[in-house]
Amino acid sequence: MVEVQNVTKIYGDKKAVDDISFTVNSGEIVGFLGPNGAGKSTTMNIITGYLSSSSGTVTVDGCEILDDPKGVKSKIGYLPEIPPLYTEMTVRKYLGFMYDLKHVKLEKEEHIDEICRLVKIDAVEDRIIKNLSKGYKQRVGLAQALLGNPPVLILDEPTVGLDPKQIIEIRNLVKDLGKKHTVILSSHILSEVQAICDRVLIISNGRIVADSPTADLSKVLGKSGKLRIQVKGGKTSIIDTVSSVKGVKSVKTERELQNGVYEFIVESDSELDVRESVFWKLSEAKLPMLLMQSADPTLEEIFLKLTNDTNYTKQGGGKK
Amino acid sequence: MRAIIKRELYSYFCSPMAYVVMAIFLFFSGIFFTMICLGNSTSELNYVFSNMCLVTIFITPILCMRLLSDEKRLRTDQALLTSPVSILSIVLGKFFSACILFLICMSIFVIYGFTLSFFVTPKWSVIICNCLGLFLLAAALIAIDVFLSSLTESQVIAAVTGFAAGLFVYLLDNVASAVSVSFVNKALTSVSFLTHYQNFTVGLLSLSDVVFFLSVAALFIFLTVRVIEKRRWS
Repeated sequence: MVEVQNVTKIYGDKKAVDDISFTVNSGEIVGFLGPNGAGKSTTMNIITGYLSSSSGTVTVDGCEILDDPKGVKSKIGYLPEIPPLYTEMTVRKYLGFMYDLKHVKLEKEEHIDEICRLVKIDAVEDRIIKNLSKGYKQRVGLAQALLGNPPVLILDEPTVGLDPKQIIEIRNLVKDLGKKHTVILSSHILSEVQAICDRVLIISNGRIVADSPTADLSKVLGKSGKLRIQVKGGKTSIIDTVSSVKGVKSVKTERELQNGVYEFIVESDSELDVRESVFWKLSEAKLPMLLMQSADPTLEEIFLKLTNDTNYTKQGGGKK
Repeated sequence: MRAIIKRELYSYFCSPMAYVVMAIFLFFSGIFFTMICLGNSTSELNYVFSNMCLVTIFITPILCMRLLSDEKRLRTDQALLTSPVSILSIVLGKFFSACILFLICMSIFVIYGFTLSFFVTPKWSVIICNCLGLFLLAAALIAIDVFLSSLTESQVIAAVTGFAAGLFVYLLDNVASAVSVSFVNKALTSVSFLTHYQNFTVGLLSLSDVVFFLSVAALFIFLTVRVIEKRRWS
């Protein structure tokens, strides 16, 4: 649906986007993840035709942005980082204007009503945008992007500045939209991308450092076979018991939580699932286990590792 | 383009802008009309029109200062530039909306014409020629001001540079007369707005004057499109 090939954007002597390539398939929800200034917005601005790339091509649904900018633009609904709102207009008037601007062919009043209901702004339709709260402004921006039901939606940090309730609402809305549209969204909040997206592209310093399905990201990049356990009992006896389990390579004491309760990191062969054996061994030894969880790196840790570690950047870039 | 014209007119009329501009225009044209025509018992509107030149130079920057600078400042240009419309039609939309507002201001001359018709039969053809001249002058100035407003994010800078540009083209005649080199003198006179405009006010409709103002407008609309285009590439 959206194909980005070797796109580079140079501002003066700074490479904001450095040779990015990726493809987004129809119906996918893809998240751009990266620290501030990584090139997320620039990439989105290039896809939507607001900026031109210094080199490289962008194709949306078969239309190339340089050959057929109107074709590409009519297929994309874009919510920029700052919603492009004419604040002196009422919500209804504004959406009417955007409807005319986009040459939407659907029945005007009906279509605007439908979208207002969808993003839940039907109650503020006749209010002047200037007087709306940040959350409502964001929704009006989203409504604007949805006009004409474009097959591709590009949302630049759609939940920034919203309160937790609104964030959840917008996330659910985006998820719903993902059923009918191809969605590309950006965020610097990992849990958000994890919650909404099918696939994650991690961008750092203008390059893609990782591209994988959300569910696989930690497996692919951070498989360690580590377990975190908390056990009550004597420290040495616990270590002895756990070490005797087949497949366990090492047991490290993390810390003492309270009197007689210790936390350990158990490292094992990654192919072997040692959880059950560890449980039985400890229960046979009458050492009660209070907690067991996978100590695989969280998305946060992977993210920080990818965006900080330059070696990793090179590998990741090469991988793509 | 129609959507943009509609929106700009809406925003003129839902802010004090349109009313202030119209009030200034009506106030000065009223003063000139009363003093020159009614005061001197003449049906010649020519002097009124030649005085309106300066008023036009002052109100066009106010009409245009917001048009493109605000889009950039409020980032609403992202909505315009990512919509399936060409940059030219965006700029033309802005340009025509200012022209339309100016035309609305000018409609007062119909009333002046009718006022005169109570006393004498006005020379309608001369009045129409004058109106056309004033409108073309305004259109050229509006194009210049739209261009200036595309260069900055600040309305104030757009307006001030607009005044300066207006005054400059107004004073070109004086500059020209101070230059003794004949071809420079000739060149300056031929691009002087005042010279071309005065032909209209004396009732002369010549194609070269019409073409002059239209080409100034076209040139600056073209430059505005290039400025916006350039911003995408840099």
